[in-house]
Amino acid sequence: MSTLFLTKAVRNAIRSHGEETYPHECCGALLGQPSPKGWRVADFVRAGNTRTDSAHNRYQIAPIELVRIQRTARERGLEIAGFYHSHPDHPAQWSATDFAEAHWLGCSYVITSVTKGKAAVTNSFLLAGSTEEDKRFEQETVQVEDRDGDFEEEVALQESNSTRNKR
Amino acid sequence: MTIYIPTPLRAYAGGKDEVEVGAATISEALHSLTQTYPDLRKHLFTGEGKVRAFVNLYLNDEDVRYLPEKENSQVSGKDTLSIIPSIAGGAPSSLLALQ
Repeated sequence: MSTLFLTKAVRNAIRSHGEETYPHECCGALLGQPSPKGWRVADFVRAGNTRTDSAHNRYQIAPIELVRIQRTARERGLEIAGFYHSHPDHPAQWSATDFAEAHWLGCSYVITSVTKGKAAVTNSFLLAGSTEEDKRFEQETVQVEDRDGDFEEEVALQESNSTRNKR
Repeated sequence: MTIYIPTPLRAYAGGKDEVEVGAATISEALHSLTQTYPDLRKHLFTGEGKVRAFVNLYLNDEDVRYLPEKENSQVSGKDTLSIIPSIAGGAPSSLLALQ
């Protein structure tokens, strides 16, 4: 299982974003660098949800916004490590729509469930595989780095089990 | 011109995030790119040679789909072409409220 490394600041910010846009889905990009275990996220960029016709259960980032995000990342020596979005009143599990619309192979897709306006579980799924035909989502461990550089581990959680294991 | 390669395709472009090609049109640029890096072809094009539906091409800040000449648009050495796979998704449509 690969690991997605998030700073506390980024983790908290993307969860807050989901609370702000509730009952609509939020979305954005994660910027970081690859490591042998998985992406290390250094920053994030909020994006607008262009699916205003069905924002409670759909999200889409305008391609021109992605072009600009990619440009910004490159200028900062970072890469687009993945994307995040929220599932208002639905589990933090990928949906058939998430899978069908996922094309960034090797990148992390972070989903936060927002229940009645409060961020609940945050999970990450690596889009594994080498082509559209063999792509698949693999759940990742989300490891949160605190301000002192120590790590507390959040074992990837199933929606049915919200217990968090720390070490 | 410079072609910017997105994260998922860099493995098929020698690990590069940008590639310089000499070309007069966008089509020529893509042809040159995939001549140099053949493994990119299946990620960018369908079996019929069309750009895959989820692959967005931007000439500088312009969506190539909306350019009058589309992929036959003329380019210069200062132009940039960004390859950007789409990003979208969403929760299941059924209203299964969390417990």
